[in-house]
Amino acid sequence: MKKNKKQALETAVHGLFLLLGLITVGCVLLITVYLIISGIPAIWKIGLINFLFGKTWESTANPPSFGILPFILTSVYGMAGAIVLGVPVGFLTAVFLSKVAPPKIKATVQAAVGLLAGIPSVVYGLVGMLVLVPGIRAVFHIPDGSGLLAAIVVLAIMILPSIVNVSITALEAVPKEYEDASLALGATPVETYFRVSVPAAKSGIAAAVVLGVGRAIGEAMAVMMVAGNAVNMPSLFQSVRFLTTAVASEMSYSGGLQRQALFSIALVLFLFIMLINAALNFFLKRRGEE
Amino acid sequence: MKKLLTLALAAVLAVSALAGCRASQKGGTVSTDGSTSMEEVIGALSEAFMEKNDGVNVTYNPTGSGSGIQAVSEGRCDIGLSSRALKDEEKQSGLTETKLALDGIAVIVNPANGVSDLTLEQIAGIYTGEIKNWKDVGGNDAEIVVIGREAGSGTRDGFESITKTEGDCKYRQELTSTGDVITTVSSNPDAIGYASLSAVSDKIKALKVGGVAPSETTVKDGSYVIQRPFMLITKEGKELSAAAQAFFDFCLSDDAAQYLSGAGVVSVK
Repeated sequence: MKKNKKQALETAVHGLFLLLGLITVGCVLLITVYLIISGIPAIWKIGLINFLFGKTWESTANPPSFGILPFILTSVYGMAGAIVLGVPVGFLTAVFLSKVAPPKIKATVQAAVGLLAGIPSVVYGLVGMLVLVPGIRAVFHIPDGSGLLAAIVVLAIMILPSIVNVSITALEAVPKEYEDASLALGATPVETYFRVSVPAAKSGIAAAVVLGVGRAIGEAMAVMMVAGNAVNMPSLFQSVRFLTTAVASEMSYSGGLQRQALFSIALVLFLFIMLINAALNFFLKRRGEE
Repeated sequence: MKKLLTLALAAVLAVSALAGCRASQKGGTVSTDGSTSMEEVIGALSEAFMEKNDGVNVTYNPTGSGSGIQAVSEGRCDIGLSSRALKDEEKQSGLTETKLALDGIAVIVNPANGVSDLTLEQIAGIYTGEIKNWKDVGGNDAEIVVIGREAGSGTRDGFESITKTEGDCKYRQELTSTGDVITTVSSNPDAIGYASLSAVSDKIKALKVGGVAPSETTVKDGSYVIQRPFMLITKEGKELSAAAQAFFDFCLSDDAAQYLSGAGVVSVK
Protein backbone atom coordinates (compact mmCIF):
# COMPACT_ATOMS: atom_id res chain seq x y z
CA MET A 1 0.00 0.00 0.00
CA LYS A 2 2.70 2.42 1.11
CA LYS A 3 4.86 1.35 -1.73
CA ASN A 4 2.07 2.06 -4.20
CA LYS A 5 1.66 5.54 -2.85
CA LYS A 6 5.34 6.16 -3.14
CA GLN A 7 5.30 4.93 -6.69
CA ALA A 8 2.39 7.19 -7.60
CA LEU A 9 4.27 10.17 -6.18
CA GLU A 10 7.32 9.16 -8.14
CA THR A 11 5.32 8.99 -11.37
CA ALA A 12 3.67 12.33 -10.64
CA VAL A 13 7.00 14.03 -10.09
CA HIS A 14 8.36 12.46 -13.26
CA GLY A 15 5.34 13.76 -15.13
CA LEU A 16 5.84 17.24 -13.70
CA PHE A 17 9.47 17.33 -14.71
CA LEU A 18 8.58 16.11 -18.17
CA LEU A 19 5.97 18.85 -18.47
CA LEU A 20 8.41 21.54 -17.40
CA GLY A 21 10.97 20.22 -19.85
CA LEU A 22 8.37 20.28 -22.61
CA ILE A 23 7.58 23.94 -21.83
CA THR A 24 11.18 24.87 -22.60
CA VAL A 25 11.22 22.82 -25.78
CA GLY A 26 7.82 24.26 -26.69
CA CYS A 27 9.12 27.83 -26.31
CA VAL A 28 12.04 27.15 -28.60
CA LEU A 29 9.80 25.49 -31.16
CA LEU A 30 7.27 28.31 -30.96
CA ILE A 31 9.91 30.98 -31.52
CA THR A 32 11.49 29.03 -34.37
CA VAL A 33 8.22 28.42 -36.15
CA TYR A 34 7.04 31.98 -35.59
CA LEU A 35 10.28 33.46 -36.90
CA ILE A 36 10.25 31.25 -39.97
CA ILE A 37 6.62 31.99 -40.75
CA SER A 38 6.99 35.74 -40.30
CA GLY A 39 10.46 35.96 -41.81
CA ILE A 40 9.93 34.07 -45.07
CA PRO A 41 7.30 36.31 -46.81
CA ALA A 42 9.56 39.39 -47.03
CA ILE A 43 12.50 37.34 -48.29
CA TRP A 44 10.14 35.86 -50.88
CA LYS A 45 8.97 39.33 -51.98
CA ILE A 46 12.38 40.98 -51.96
CA GLY A 47 14.27 37.98 -53.34
CA LEU A 48 16.87 36.07 -51.36
CA ILE A 49 19.83 37.43 -53.32
CA ASN A 50 18.60 41.04 -53.18
CA PHE A 51 17.90 40.69 -49.50
CA LEU A 52 21.16 39.07 -48.40
CA PHE A 53 23.52 40.81 -50.80
CA GLY A 54 21.81 44.16 -51.39
CA LYS A 55 23.94 47.04 -50.21
CA THR A 56 21.26 49.66 -49.59
CA TRP A 57 18.72 49.66 -46.81
CA GLU A 58 16.14 52.42 -47.18
CA SER A 59 13.10 50.96 -45.52
CA THR A 60 10.96 54.10 -45.51
CA ALA A 61 12.03 55.53 -48.87
CA ASN A 62 9.79 55.38 -51.89
CA PRO A 63 10.40 52.86 -53.42
CA PRO A 64 12.06 51.16 -50.45
CA SER A 65 15.12 48.97 -50.74
CA PHE A 66 15.91 46.17 -48.36
CA GLY A 67 19.51 44.97 -48.64
CA ILE A 68 21.06 43.69 -45.44
CA LEU A 69 24.64 43.01 -46.54
CA PRO A 70 25.91 46.02 -44.51
CA PHE A 71 24.23 44.60 -41.39
CA ILE A 72 25.59 41.10 -41.91
CA LEU A 73 29.13 42.31 -42.52
CA THR A 74 28.95 44.72 -39.58
CA SER A 75 27.81 41.94 -37.27
CA VAL A 76 30.57 39.63 -38.48
CA TYR A 77 33.27 42.31 -38.24
CA GLY A 78 32.03 43.51 -34.87
CA MET A 79 32.03 39.99 -33.52
CA ALA A 80 35.48 39.26 -34.94
CA GLY A 81 36.85 42.48 -33.47
CA ALA A 82 35.39 41.73 -30.07
CA ILE A 83 36.96 38.27 -30.18
CA VAL A 84 40.37 39.63 -31.22
CA LEU A 85 40.32 42.10 -28.32
CA GLY A 86 38.45 40.06 -25.74
CA VAL A 87 39.82 36.54 -26.11
CA PRO A 88 43.51 37.22 -25.34
CA VAL A 89 42.60 39.31 -22.31
CA GLY A 90 40.00 36.87 -21.06
CA PHE A 91 42.13 33.79 -21.74
CA LEU A 92 45.24 35.14 -20.04
CA THR A 93 43.14 36.30 -17.10
CA ALA A 94 41.82 32.77 -16.81
CA VAL A 95 45.31 31.25 -16.91
CA PHE A 96 46.47 33.71 -14.27
CA LEU A 97 43.51 33.12 -12.00
CA SER A 98 43.48 29.34 -12.21
CA LYS A 99 47.24 28.71 -12.06
CA VAL A 100 49.26 31.64 -10.79
CA ALA A 101 47.16 33.93 -8.61
CA PRO A 102 47.28 33.67 -4.83
CA PRO A 103 43.86 32.71 -3.39
CA LYS A 104 43.03 36.20 -2.11
CA ILE A 105 43.64 37.92 -5.43
CA LYS A 106 41.84 35.11 -7.22
CA ALA A 107 38.74 35.59 -5.05
CA THR A 108 38.74 39.36 -5.60
CA VAL A 109 39.23 39.20 -9.35
CA GLN A 110 36.66 36.45 -9.74
CA ALA A 111 34.14 38.51 -7.80
CA ALA A 112 34.87 41.47 -10.09
CA VAL A 113 34.41 39.29 -13.18
CA GLY A 114 31.13 38.02 -11.76
CA LEU A 115 30.00 41.59 -11.25
CA LEU A 116 30.95 42.44 -14.82
CA ALA A 117 28.68 39.64 -15.98
CA GLY A 118 25.79 41.03 -13.98
CA ILE A 119 25.89 44.61 -15.29
CA PRO A 120 22.86 45.24 -17.53
CA SER A 121 23.74 45.93 -21.15
CA VAL A 122 22.06 49.33 -21.12
CA VAL A 123 24.60 50.42 -18.52
CA TYR A 124 27.45 49.31 -20.78
CA GLY A 125 25.81 51.35 -23.51
CA LEU A 126 25.42 54.43 -21.37
CA VAL A 127 29.00 54.37 -20.12
CA GLY A 128 30.13 53.78 -23.71
CA MET A 129 28.09 56.74 -24.87
CA LEU A 130 29.32 59.11 -22.16
CA VAL A 131 32.95 58.00 -21.82
CA LEU A 132 34.06 55.78 -24.69
CA VAL A 133 32.57 57.68 -27.63
CA PRO A 134 33.93 61.12 -26.60
CA GLY A 135 37.21 59.35 -25.72
CA ILE A 136 37.59 57.81 -29.19
CA ARG A 137 36.68 61.18 -30.69
CA ALA A 138 39.48 62.90 -28.73
CA VAL A 139 42.13 60.20 -29.20
CA PHE A 140 41.73 59.77 -32.95
CA HIS A 141 40.80 63.40 -33.75
CA ILE A 142 37.69 62.46 -35.69
CA PRO A 143 34.44 64.44 -35.71
CA ASP A 144 32.41 61.71 -34.04
CA GLY A 145 33.54 58.79 -31.91
CA SER A 146 30.56 56.51 -32.34
CA GLY A 147 30.95 53.63 -34.77
CA LEU A 148 32.33 50.16 -35.23
CA LEU A 149 35.37 50.66 -32.98
CA ALA A 150 33.29 51.85 -30.04
CA ALA A 151 30.95 48.89 -30.51
CA ILE A 152 33.87 46.44 -30.66
CA VAL A 153 35.36 47.76 -27.42
CA VAL A 154 32.03 47.56 -25.62
CA LEU A 155 31.40 44.03 -26.94
CA ALA A 156 34.92 42.91 -26.00
CA ILE A 157 34.32 43.97 -22.39
CA MET A 158 30.89 42.36 -22.39
CA ILE A 159 32.16 38.94 -23.49
CA LEU A 160 35.04 38.88 -20.97
CA PRO A 161 33.10 37.26 -18.10
CA SER A 162 31.90 34.27 -20.11
CA ILE A 163 35.36 33.71 -21.59
CA VAL A 164 37.10 33.99 -18.21
CA ASN A 165 34.64 31.81 -16.32
CA VAL A 166 34.39 29.00 -18.85
CA SER A 167 38.17 28.98 -19.42
CA ILE A 168 38.83 28.76 -15.68
CA THR A 169 36.53 25.77 -15.39
CA ALA A 170 38.30 24.10 -18.29
CA LEU A 171 41.78 24.82 -16.91
CA GLU A 172 40.90 23.63 -13.44
CA ALA A 173 39.59 20.37 -14.84
CA VAL A 174 43.09 19.47 -16.12
CA PRO A 175 44.36 16.60 -13.93
CA LYS A 176 47.05 17.77 -11.54
CA GLU A 177 49.20 14.75 -12.47
CA TYR A 178 49.83 16.20 -15.94
CA GLU A 179 51.26 19.36 -14.48
CA ASP A 180 53.23 17.51 -11.81
CA ALA A 181 54.77 15.29 -14.44
CA SER A 182 55.76 18.27 -16.55
CA LEU A 183 57.30 20.06 -13.57
CA ALA A 184 59.12 16.91 -12.51
CA LEU A 185 60.66 16.66 -15.98
CA GLY A 186 62.21 20.08 -15.49
CA ALA A 187 59.78 22.39 -17.25
CA THR A 188 59.26 25.80 -15.68
CA PRO A 189 55.78 26.65 -14.34
CA VAL A 190 55.04 28.98 -17.28
CA GLU A 191 56.12 26.33 -19.78
CA THR A 192 53.90 23.86 -17.97
CA TYR A 193 50.84 26.17 -18.13
CA PHE A 194 51.15 26.89 -21.83
CA ARG A 195 52.52 23.55 -23.07
CA VAL A 196 50.56 21.16 -20.86
CA SER A 197 47.56 22.75 -19.12
CA VAL A 198 46.29 24.88 -21.98
CA PRO A 199 46.50 22.14 -24.66
CA ALA A 200 44.76 19.76 -22.29
CA ALA A 201 41.97 22.30 -21.80
CA LYS A 202 41.78 23.46 -25.39
CA SER A 203 38.31 22.24 -26.24
CA GLY A 204 36.92 23.92 -23.12
CA ILE A 205 38.65 27.15 -24.07
CA ALA A 206 37.27 26.86 -27.58
CA ALA A 207 33.81 26.52 -26.05
CA ALA A 208 34.46 29.72 -24.09
CA VAL A 209 35.32 31.55 -27.30
CA VAL A 210 32.21 30.31 -29.05
CA LEU A 211 30.11 31.38 -26.08
CA GLY A 212 31.67 34.84 -26.38
CA VAL A 213 30.86 34.90 -30.09
CA GLY A 214 27.25 34.08 -29.29
CA ARG A 215 26.98 36.88 -26.79
CA ALA A 216 28.69 39.37 -29.08
CA ILE A 217 26.49 38.68 -32.08
CA GLY A 218 23.27 38.76 -30.07
CA GLU A 219 23.85 41.98 -28.15
CA ALA A 220 21.62 44.88 -29.19
CA MET A 221 21.09 47.50 -26.53
CA ALA A 222 24.66 48.48 -25.69
CA VAL A 223 25.67 48.38 -29.34
CA MET A 224 22.76 50.55 -30.40
CA MET A 225 23.90 53.30 -28.06
CA VAL A 226 27.49 53.51 -29.33
CA ALA A 227 27.48 52.33 -32.96
CA GLY A 228 25.76 55.33 -34.53
CA ASN A 229 23.21 53.18 -36.40
CA ALA A 230 23.52 54.81 -39.81
CA VAL A 231 23.60 52.21 -42.58
CA ASN A 232 27.18 52.00 -43.87
CA MET A 233 29.51 49.26 -44.96
CA PRO A 234 31.64 48.43 -41.91
CA SER A 235 34.73 50.53 -41.35
CA LEU A 236 36.36 51.20 -38.01
CA PHE A 237 35.38 54.84 -37.56
CA GLN A 238 32.15 54.78 -39.53
CA SER A 239 28.70 54.80 -38.07
CA VAL A 240 27.37 51.25 -38.56
CA ARG A 241 24.28 49.19 -37.95
CA PHE A 242 24.33 45.58 -36.68
CA LEU A 243 21.75 42.86 -37.43
CA THR A 244 20.41 43.19 -33.91
CA THR A 245 20.19 46.97 -33.92
CA ALA A 246 18.58 46.98 -37.36
CA VAL A 247 15.66 45.04 -35.87
CA ALA A 248 15.55 46.91 -32.59
CA SER A 249 15.77 50.44 -33.93
CA GLU A 250 13.01 50.23 -36.52
CA MET A 251 10.59 47.74 -35.01
CA SER A 252 8.58 50.16 -32.90
CA TYR A 253 7.17 52.24 -35.76
CA SER A 254 7.37 49.80 -38.64
CA GLY A 255 4.55 48.47 -40.76
CA GLY A 256 3.90 46.40 -43.87
CA LEU A 257 6.83 45.06 -45.82
CA GLN A 258 9.28 46.97 -43.60
CA ARG A 259 8.07 45.04 -40.57
CA GLN A 260 8.20 41.74 -42.42
CA ALA A 261 11.74 42.53 -43.54
CA LEU A 262 12.71 43.17 -39.92
CA PHE A 263 11.44 39.69 -39.08
CA SER A 264 13.54 38.36 -41.93
CA ILE A 265 16.60 40.04 -40.42
CA ALA A 266 15.73 38.38 -37.12
CA LEU A 267 15.53 35.05 -38.95
CA VAL A 268 19.00 35.56 -40.42
CA LEU A 269 20.32 36.44 -36.98
CA PHE A 270 18.62 33.36 -35.57
CA LEU A 271 20.32 31.16 -38.15
CA PHE A 272 23.67 32.71 -37.24
CA ILE A 273 23.11 31.93 -33.58
CA MET A 274 21.95 28.39 -34.35
CA LEU A 275 25.19 27.89 -36.23
CA ILE A 276 27.19 29.17 -33.28
CA ASN A 277 25.30 26.93 -30.90
CA ALA A 278 25.98 23.94 -33.13
CA ALA A 279 29.67 24.80 -33.00
CA LEU A 280 29.49 25.10 -29.22
CA ASN A 281 27.86 21.69 -28.94
CA PHE A 282 30.53 20.24 -31.18
CA PHE A 283 33.32 21.53 -28.93
CA LEU A 284 31.60 20.48 -25.73
CA LYS A 285 30.96 17.02 -27.08
CA ARG A 286 34.59 16.65 -28.07
CA ARG A 287 35.60 17.66 -24.58
CA GLY A 288 33.30 15.01 -23.18
CA GLU A 289 34.94 12.35 -25.32
CA GLU A 290 38.48 13.32 -24.37
CA MET B 1 8.97 45.04 4.31
CA LYS B 2 9.85 44.12 0.77
CA LYS B 3 7.33 41.31 0.82
CA LEU B 4 4.64 43.67 2.04
CA LEU B 5 5.43 46.09 -0.73
CA THR B 6 5.25 43.34 -3.33
CA LEU B 7 1.90 42.21 -1.94
CA ALA B 8 0.54 45.74 -1.98
CA LEU B 9 1.73 46.20 -5.53
CA ALA B 10 0.16 42.92 -6.61
CA ALA B 11 -3.12 43.97 -4.99
CA VAL B 12 -3.08 47.31 -6.80
CA LEU B 13 -2.37 45.57 -10.08
CA ALA B 14 -5.16 43.08 -9.55
CA VAL B 15 -7.65 45.83 -8.73
CA SER B 16 -6.64 47.92 -11.73
CA ALA B 17 -6.89 44.85 -13.94
CA LEU B 18 -10.42 44.26 -12.69
CA ALA B 19 -11.29 47.90 -13.22
CA GLY B 20 -10.03 47.61 -16.78
CA CYS B 21 -12.29 44.62 -17.37
CA ARG B 22 -15.35 46.38 -16.10
CA ALA B 23 -14.76 49.36 -18.34
CA SER B 24 -14.60 47.33 -21.51
CA GLN B 25 -17.60 45.25 -20.57
CA LYS B 26 -19.85 48.28 -20.39
CA GLY B 27 -18.94 49.11 -23.97
CA GLY B 28 -18.73 52.55 -25.46
CA THR B 29 -15.67 52.51 -27.66
CA VAL B 30 -13.95 55.44 -29.32
CA SER B 31 -11.63 54.40 -32.10
CA THR B 32 -8.88 56.68 -33.27
CA ASP B 33 -6.56 55.97 -36.17
CA GLY B 34 -3.66 57.79 -37.73
CA SER B 35 -0.42 59.67 -37.10
CA THR B 36 2.30 57.76 -35.28
CA SER B 37 3.71 61.07 -34.05
CA MET B 38 0.58 61.63 -32.03
CA GLU B 39 0.95 58.43 -30.04
CA GLU B 40 2.08 60.16 -26.87
CA VAL B 41 -0.55 62.89 -27.08
CA ILE B 42 -3.44 60.52 -27.71
CA GLY B 43 -2.08 58.12 -25.10
CA ALA B 44 -2.09 60.82 -22.43
CA LEU B 45 -5.50 62.15 -23.42
CA SER B 46 -7.22 58.78 -23.66
CA GLU B 47 -5.75 57.63 -20.37
CA ALA B 48 -7.08 60.72 -18.61
CA PHE B 49 -10.41 60.42 -20.39
CA MET B 50 -10.88 56.75 -19.54
CA GLU B 51 -10.07 57.48 -15.92
CA LYS B 52 -12.83 60.07 -15.75
CA ASN B 53 -15.36 58.15 -17.81
CA ASP B 54 -15.72 54.70 -16.47
CA GLY B 55 -16.88 52.30 -19.15
CA VAL B 56 -15.54 54.05 -22.20
CA ASN B 57 -12.65 52.53 -24.07
CA VAL B 58 -10.48 54.65 -26.37
CA THR B 59 -8.45 52.72 -28.91
CA TYR B 60 -5.58 54.04 -31.00
CA ASN B 61 -4.27 52.53 -34.20
CA PRO B 62 -0.90 53.99 -35.22
CA THR B 63 -1.03 53.80 -39.00
CA GLY B 64 0.22 57.20 -40.14
CA SER B 65 -1.59 60.44 -41.00
CA GLY B 66 -2.56 59.37 -44.52
CA SER B 67 -4.08 56.07 -43.43
CA GLY B 68 -5.88 57.77 -40.55
CA ILE B 69 -7.51 60.28 -42.89
CA GLN B 70 -8.44 57.43 -45.22
CA ALA B 71 -9.88 55.44 -42.34
CA VAL B 72 -12.14 58.23 -41.10
CA SER B 73 -13.42 59.01 -44.58
CA GLU B 74 -14.33 55.34 -45.03
CA GLY B 75 -15.95 55.25 -41.60
CA ARG B 76 -13.52 52.68 -40.22
CA CYS B 77 -12.79 54.83 -37.16
CA ASP B 78 -14.47 57.60 -35.19
CA ILE B 79 -11.71 60.18 -35.17
CA GLY B 80 -8.78 60.39 -37.56
CA LEU B 81 -5.43 61.71 -36.36
CA SER B 82 -3.26 63.74 -38.67
CA SER B 83 0.03 65.53 -38.06
CA ARG B 84 -0.48 67.73 -41.12
CA ALA B 85 -3.25 70.01 -42.33
CA LEU B 86 -5.79 68.46 -44.68
CA LYS B 87 -5.17 68.90 -48.39
CA ASP B 88 -7.83 70.76 -50.37
CA GLU B 89 -9.14 67.63 -52.09
CA GLU B 90 -9.44 65.91 -48.73
CA LYS B 91 -11.50 68.83 -47.43
CA GLN B 92 -13.68 68.71 -50.52
CA SER B 93 -14.38 65.04 -49.93
CA GLY B 94 -16.23 66.06 -46.77
CA LEU B 95 -13.66 65.95 -44.00
CA THR B 96 -13.21 68.55 -41.28
CA GLU B 97 -10.04 69.25 -39.34
CA THR B 98 -9.90 70.52 -35.79
CA LYS B 99 -6.56 71.75 -34.50
CA LEU B 100 -5.69 69.91 -31.31
CA ALA B 101 -2.17 71.11 -30.61
CA LEU B 102 1.09 72.30 -32.12
CA ASP B 103 4.26 70.29 -32.13
CA GLY B 104 7.46 72.34 -32.13
CA ILE B 105 10.75 70.66 -33.05
CA ALA B 106 13.89 72.31 -31.71
CA VAL B 107 17.18 72.12 -33.60
CA ILE B 108 19.85 71.61 -30.98
CA VAL B 109 23.62 71.99 -30.75
CA ASN B 110 26.23 71.73 -28.03
CA PRO B 111 26.37 74.79 -25.72
CA ALA B 112 30.05 75.19 -26.70
CA ASN B 113 29.03 75.75 -30.33
CA GLY B 114 29.38 79.37 -31.43
CA VAL B 115 26.50 79.16 -33.90
CA SER B 116 23.13 80.13 -32.47
CA ASP B 117 21.03 81.16 -35.44
CA LEU B 118 20.43 79.33 -38.73
CA THR B 119 17.93 79.73 -41.52
CA LEU B 120 15.64 76.88 -42.52
CA GLU B 121 17.61 76.54 -45.78
CA GLN B 122 20.89 76.24 -43.89
CA ILE B 123 19.43 73.55 -41.64
CA ALA B 124 18.14 71.65 -44.66
CA GLY B 125 21.59 72.05 -46.29
CA ILE B 126 23.32 70.64 -43.22
CA TYR B 127 21.02 67.63 -43.06
CA THR B 128 21.29 66.81 -46.75
CA GLY B 129 25.07 67.06 -46.61
CA GLU B 130 25.48 70.17 -48.78
CA ILE B 131 26.94 72.07 -45.85
CA LYS B 132 29.56 69.93 -44.18
CA ASN B 133 31.55 72.38 -42.07
CA TRP B 134 30.49 74.71 -39.28
CA LYS B 135 32.60 77.50 -40.75
CA ASP B 136 30.21 77.72 -43.71
CA VAL B 137 27.46 78.84 -41.36
CA GLY B 138 29.57 81.11 -39.20
CA GLY B 139 31.07 78.67 -36.72
CA ASN B 140 34.45 77.06 -36.10
CA ASP B 141 36.36 75.09 -38.71
CA ALA B 142 34.98 71.68 -37.75
CA GLU B 143 33.05 68.97 -39.53
CA ILE B 144 29.36 68.94 -38.70
CA VAL B 145 28.17 65.72 -37.05
CA VAL B 146 24.56 65.20 -38.09
CA ILE B 147 22.45 63.39 -35.52
CA GLY B 148 18.91 62.23 -36.19
CA ARG B 149 16.25 59.74 -35.21
CA GLU B 150 15.51 56.28 -36.64
CA ALA B 151 13.37 55.77 -39.73
CA GLY B 152 9.70 55.83 -38.80
CA SER B 153 10.10 58.12 -35.81
CA GLY B 154 7.46 60.85 -35.61
CA THR B 155 9.99 63.54 -34.78
CA ARG B 156 12.14 62.59 -37.77
CA ASP B 157 9.11 62.48 -40.00
CA GLY B 158 8.03 65.92 -38.77
CA PHE B 159 11.47 67.46 -39.07
CA GLU B 160 12.13 66.09 -42.54
CA SER B 161 8.73 67.10 -43.88
CA ILE B 162 9.06 70.69 -42.59
CA THR B 163 12.62 71.12 -43.86
CA LYS B 164 11.65 69.28 -47.09
CA THR B 165 14.54 66.85 -46.76
CA GLU B 166 12.52 63.62 -46.76
CA GLY B 167 14.73 60.70 -47.68
CA ASP B 168 17.73 62.93 -48.44
CA CYS B 169 19.15 63.29 -44.96
CA LYS B 170 22.70 62.02 -44.51
CA TYR B 171 22.87 61.06 -40.86
CA ARG B 172 26.08 60.30 -39.01
CA GLN B 173 24.07 58.77 -36.21
CA GLU B 174 20.50 57.52 -36.05
CA LEU B 175 19.44 57.22 -32.43
CA THR B 176 16.27 55.70 -31.09
CA SER B 177 15.20 58.17 -28.43
CA THR B 178 15.08 61.88 -27.72
CA GLY B 179 17.21 61.29 -24.63
CA ASP B 180 19.96 59.62 -26.68
CA VAL B 181 19.98 62.51 -29.15
CA ILE B 182 20.33 65.05 -26.34
CA THR B 183 23.07 63.05 -24.58
CA THR B 184 25.03 62.70 -27.80
CA VAL B 185 24.71 66.37 -28.75
CA SER B 186 25.66 67.45 -25.24
CA SER B 187 28.86 65.40 -25.41
CA ASN B 188 30.01 66.45 -28.89
CA PRO B 189 30.73 70.14 -29.62
CA ASP B 190 30.34 69.61 -33.37
CA ALA B 191 27.03 67.78 -33.31
CA ILE B 192 23.63 68.99 -34.45
CA GLY B 193 20.37 67.22 -33.69
CA TYR B 194 16.64 67.72 -33.35
CA ALA B 195 14.26 66.99 -30.53
CA SER B 196 10.78 67.78 -29.38
CA LEU B 197 10.57 71.29 -27.94
CA SER B 198 9.56 69.97 -24.53
CA ALA B 199 12.80 67.99 -24.23
CA VAL B 200 15.09 71.01 -24.52
CA SER B 201 17.22 71.45 -21.40
CA ASP B 202 20.25 73.54 -20.47
CA LYS B 203 22.56 70.62 -21.34
CA ILE B 204 22.13 71.66 -24.96
CA LYS B 205 21.42 74.83 -26.90
CA ALA B 206 18.30 75.24 -29.03
CA LEU B 207 19.07 77.19 -32.21
CA LYS B 208 17.09 80.17 -33.37
CA VAL B 209 15.60 79.51 -36.77
CA GLY B 210 15.58 82.60 -38.97
CA GLY B 211 16.12 84.71 -35.86
CA VAL B 212 13.26 83.22 -33.86
CA ALA B 213 14.01 81.22 -30.72
CA PRO B 214 11.76 78.20 -30.17
CA SER B 215 9.35 78.58 -27.28
CA GLU B 216 5.69 77.94 -26.57
CA THR B 217 4.88 81.52 -27.52
CA THR B 218 6.71 81.54 -30.84
CA VAL B 219 5.27 78.14 -31.77
CA LYS B 220 1.77 79.36 -30.94
CA ASP B 221 2.01 82.58 -32.95
CA GLY B 222 3.57 80.73 -35.86
CA SER B 223 6.81 82.73 -36.02
CA TYR B 224 8.92 79.64 -35.19
CA VAL B 225 8.66 77.66 -38.40
CA ILE B 226 9.75 74.14 -37.48
CA GLN B 227 6.36 73.15 -36.18
CA ARG B 228 3.37 71.22 -37.37
CA PRO B 229 -0.23 70.92 -36.28
CA PHE B 230 -1.78 67.87 -34.70
CA MET B 231 -5.29 67.58 -36.13
CA LEU B 232 -8.39 65.67 -35.21
CA ILE B 233 -10.18 64.66 -38.40
CA THR B 234 -13.91 64.05 -38.53
CA LYS B 235 -16.43 63.53 -41.30
CA GLU B 236 -18.76 66.38 -42.05
CA GLY B 237 -22.43 65.64 -41.53
CA LYS B 238 -21.76 62.36 -39.78
CA GLU B 239 -22.67 62.50 -36.12
CA LEU B 240 -20.16 61.04 -33.69
CA SER B 241 -21.30 58.47 -31.18
CA ALA B 242 -21.94 59.85 -27.70
CA ALA B 243 -18.68 58.45 -26.40
CA ALA B 244 -16.69 59.75 -29.37
CA GLN B 245 -18.24 63.20 -29.07
CA ALA B 246 -17.41 63.26 -25.36
CA PHE B 247 -13.79 62.34 -26.10
CA PHE B 248 -13.59 64.90 -28.88
CA ASP B 249 -14.89 67.64 -26.56
CA PHE B 250 -12.55 66.52 -23.81
CA CYS B 251 -9.54 66.80 -26.11
CA LEU B 252 -10.39 70.44 -26.85
CA SER B 253 -11.36 71.35 -23.29
CA ASP B 254 -9.27 73.45 -20.93
CA ASP B 255 -8.75 70.36 -18.78
CA ALA B 256 -6.88 68.67 -21.61
CA ALA B 257 -4.25 71.40 -21.81
CA GLN B 258 -2.22 69.95 -18.95
CA TYR B 259 -2.09 66.51 -20.62
CA LEU B 260 -1.06 68.12 -23.89
CA SER B 261 1.85 69.97 -22.34
CA GLY B 262 2.69 66.81 -20.40
CA ALA B 263 3.02 65.02 -23.74
CA GLY B 264 5.37 67.71 -25.00
CA VAL B 265 3.15 69.69 -27.36
CA VAL B 266 1.77 73.22 -27.26
CA SER B 267 -1.93 73.56 -26.67
CA VAL B 268 -3.69 75.91 -29.10
CA LYS B 269 -5.72 77.41 -26.27
